[in-house]
Amino acid sequence: MTEAISERPSQIEALSLVPKAEAKQSMKDFKSDQEVRWCPGCGDYAVLAAVQGFMPELGLAKENIVFVSGIGCSSRFPYYMNTYGMHSIHGRAPAIATGLASSRRDLSVWVVTGDGDALSIGGNHLIHALRRNVNLKILLFNNRIYGLTKGQYSPTSEVGKITKSTPMGSLDAPFNPVSLALGAEASFVARTVDSDRKHLTSVLREAAAHPGTALVEIYQNCNIFNDGAFEVLKDKEQAQEAVIRLEHGEPIRFGALAPDGFGSKGVVRDPATGDLKVIDVREEGLGGVLVHDAHNPSPTTAFALSRLADADTLHHTPIGVLRSVERPVYDTLMSDQLDAAIEQKGKGDLGALLTGNDTWTVVG
Amino acid sequence: MTSQVSSPAEQTDAALVGEQRASGAGGEGKEVRRLDRVIIRFAGDSGDGMQLTGDRFTSETASFGNDLSTLPNFPAEIRAPAGTLPGVSSFQLHFADHDILTPGDAPNVLVAMNPAALKANIGDVPRGADIIVNTDEFTKRPMAKVGYATSPLEDGSLEAYNVHPVPLTTLTIEALKEFGLSRKEAERSKNMFALGLLSWMYHRPTEGTEKFLRAKFAKKPDIAEANVTAFRAGWNFGETTEDFAVSYEVAPATRAFPTGTYRNISGNLALSYGLIAAGRQADLPLYLGSYPITPASDILHELSKHKNFGVRTFQAEDEIAGIGAALGAAFGGALAVTTTSGPGVALKSETIGLAVSLELPLLVVDIQRGGPSTGLPTKTEQADLLQAMYGRNGEAPVPIVAPRTPADCFDAALDAARIALTYRTPVFLLSDGYLANGSEPWRIPDVDELPDLRVQFASGPNHQLADGTEVFWPFKRDEQTLARPWAVPGTPGLEHRIGGIEKQDGTGNISYDPANHDFMVRTRQAKVDGVQVPELEVDDPADDAGTGARTLVLGWGSTYGPITAAVRRVRGAGGRIAQAHLRHLNPFPRNLGEVLARYDKVIVPEMNLGQLATLLRARYLVDAHSHTQVSGMPFKAEQLAEVFKEAIND
Repeated sequence: MTEAISERPSQIEALSLVPKAEAKQSMKDFKSDQEVRWCPGCGDYAVLAAVQGFMPELGLAKENIVFVSGIGCSSRFPYYMNTYGMHSIHGRAPAIATGLASSRRDLSVWVVTGDGDALSIGGNHLIHALRRNVNLKILLFNNRIYGLTKGQYSPTSEVGKITKSTPMGSLDAPFNPVSLALGAEASFVARTVDSDRKHLTSVLREAAAHPGTALVEIYQNCNIFNDGAFEVLKDKEQAQEAVIRLEHGEPIRFGALAPDGFGSKGVVRDPATGDLKVIDVREEGLGGVLVHDAHNPSPTTAFALSRLADADTLHHTPIGVLRSVERPVYDTLMSDQLDAAIEQKGKGDLGALLTGNDTWTVVG
Repeated sequence: MTSQVSSPAEQTDAALVGEQRASGAGGEGKEVRRLDRVIIRFAGDSGDGMQLTGDRFTSETASFGNDLSTLPNFPAEIRAPAGTLPGVSSFQLHFADHDILTPGDAPNVLVAMNPAALKANIGDVPRGADIIVNTDEFTKRPMAKVGYATSPLEDGSLEAYNVHPVPLTTLTIEALKEFGLSRKEAERSKNMFALGLLSWMYHRPTEGTEKFLRAKFAKKPDIAEANVTAFRAGWNFGETTEDFAVSYEVAPATRAFPTGTYRNISGNLALSYGLIAAGRQADLPLYLGSYPITPASDILHELSKHKNFGVRTFQAEDEIAGIGAALGAAFGGALAVTTTSGPGVALKSETIGLAVSLELPLLVVDIQRGGPSTGLPTKTEQADLLQAMYGRNGEAPVPIVAPRTPADCFDAALDAARIALTYRTPVFLLSDGYLANGSEPWRIPDVDELPDLRVQFASGPNHQLADGTEVFWPFKRDEQTLARPWAVPGTPGLEHRIGGIEKQDGTGNISYDPANHDFMVRTRQAKVDGVQVPELEVDDPADDAGTGARTLVLGWGSTYGPITAAVRRVRGAGGRIAQAHLRHLNPFPRNLGEVLARYDKVIVPEMNLGQLATLLRARYLVDAHSHTQVSGMPFKAEQLAEVFKEAIND
């Protein structure tokens, strides 16, 4: 079974309205003077370093970059970036960032959030930002635990998790953030891991270039309350079987190397159900192995890919860009309506507006 | 409802004072009587178009030059079951040849489109008043539905009234027979027939309504012409039928109005225009983040029509996102607004607290309605005052501005914007359902005379460190206003981070220092306490030493009309009473304590259980007497007058 790979339509430069930096920037330019106060060993340090290291690559005037966050450990992030920033309230960062991005198209607006912030208290704002396709880059740090409140289960924790608030095990089925985002009509969805700086940076690069809302789920280790949650994806030997690295246009293969130098496992479509499954290519051949198509207008295969992962063991976890498609950007549409209104009615005349059509005059 | 307190009108309880006059414009040989004021109430089913009928009569009246005041009253259900009491929708209009303050207590004329409308409203109609009923609806089933065992038109129960039985439905269908409409379609124009009849009765101009109908149904010219025909048929019916022997003239209220160009305006429209004007006067783009809620949605609708003023309107996924987006836009340098009603304020509370902490300008417009919870969505109340004042965690002071009449919503919006922009703070604008939907004539302001609201964004460093380095401190305050600088993203060199965590004075860095927190809490309070508001004016016509009033009536918000009308009645009857009305509820005017101390007795009428009175007692240790009503309806001037009379005679 072969499937045509979608060509990405002409790339709209997502940041074309954001002024460029006058001089070459370095990572140092993006470090604020504030002491970083995460626990020693926290995965957030790695993400912060990756973001600060990546920013100079964009070459944007740093005064036109804004980081907005909610509440939680990861939401302290803006304090450490030497850009404009707002540390807001629990769950509301996407809403606040929507107001900023939709009124200021000359800004590059980033949201930093966590699994509790984005998926519990702020779930509503997240899904609506995604469906609207506001020009926001959302970095969702997922550590599958509440850190700042000291160790309760989160909406991504596995069922049965023993925590302070669930001494007999949690009863909630977890969200898969990638599946959720795809279901919410997200135009860009990716997943990466805190400790893999190269991969993290490559995903940030694609997210930054994406016009519209980009959701990047970052698996992040909380070494205090949920240490080793993603160890299976990080330990070299285990990762080979657990991680599916997605590359647009490449066959989806992973696992111990096959004689052809690529992974011995492949993802194929089950002809009976239409669902995806993992096969051993040494036994079943390469014929049906899917070629990853991030630009496919239909989210169906991306969703099926997101469901390959086992919520408990994390086996068959795809990382990389699952979906990246172009559709109209909210801020652009909003701005276009303002232009169209001026074209149709002329620039607003306050005197005429206040007067209206039905007046009378009183002469003293 | 113009704001002159000293006019002699409304002193009398007799409504239809007038002189008789021989035949005139009204019809051949028919008698024309001149009146100084009239109160009409149109009542029918929710689907009968009573609000539209009332709006049209209002427009005709406004363009004729009467002073007027209106009270729409409708159920929360879009189409409650037909013919039932809960489904009755009404529109009351008070118009006069002098300045008036309220939509009137009791209608002189009731138009009842069905038995339910009659039954629901007859209790408000004084004996001797005119009642026009649609007899076609007074058949067995509709009457039984509302509990009329016998027809009130025949059983003598309406003997005390001047009843005009008119088969409105039949006459409308007859008038439209040439149009080939179905019976159901033709029947729908019966409100226009009624409007035509009333327009004849009160000598209203008709061109406006005909123009309106043709524009409204521009895409269905047949329907437009049918409505115009029904409207004219109603007029002609009045002129020819024997039953209507008299028509009435109410002269334009020329003397009540200062020179100027006028229009009719509702509170929500005036408020919307005030916001647009504030954006222009501040030279900032207006950004509205909102979620639909009765009775505030009309502001969202209105502002969304004016994108050519650079107005951005964002219909959010919920109340919290509405204010969140507005706050984000404020951070970006917009004049940011969120509009809602009481239940929405409850949801926005945490974000208002964040705005207090961030010290960013933000307008929170609360069109109050009956509460608690969902309460009475389409009825009025003033019970969010304490929510606006205190409804947040921590010490989170927010200035509060309250308009007093529909047209005053324009000025109040500008004033709220002034405070928000000058002091970098969220500001509550507390309107209510009565102001929102009610209307009155408005002298259109000269755009050049509107206040200058321009602000200065921070553009460079504002502080020198000990070592001589020039830095930007986001929480270094203006000494006069205590406002912090507004540094918008995109300004080079001023990159800074703000948040809801307590900030160090000056630098704005996170600080858990006890003394710093104490200082910051007190400073934020001092900033709001220091907001400049005009002194409270007291209307005390007998304030010479020894002869002055001993009783002061103090109100706030939409009770201005009924209170002022009641005060006029009391004074008309020789009573001595002083009146003052608060626009600023936080901070109070500086002289309020001194004003209160001047009077032996202070009466505070409110449409809640005494919220302002509570604040006054706590703040000034005065024995403020609360007079309260929470019926979802505005005070009636006559009832208030009785309360005041008792108080001064006590």
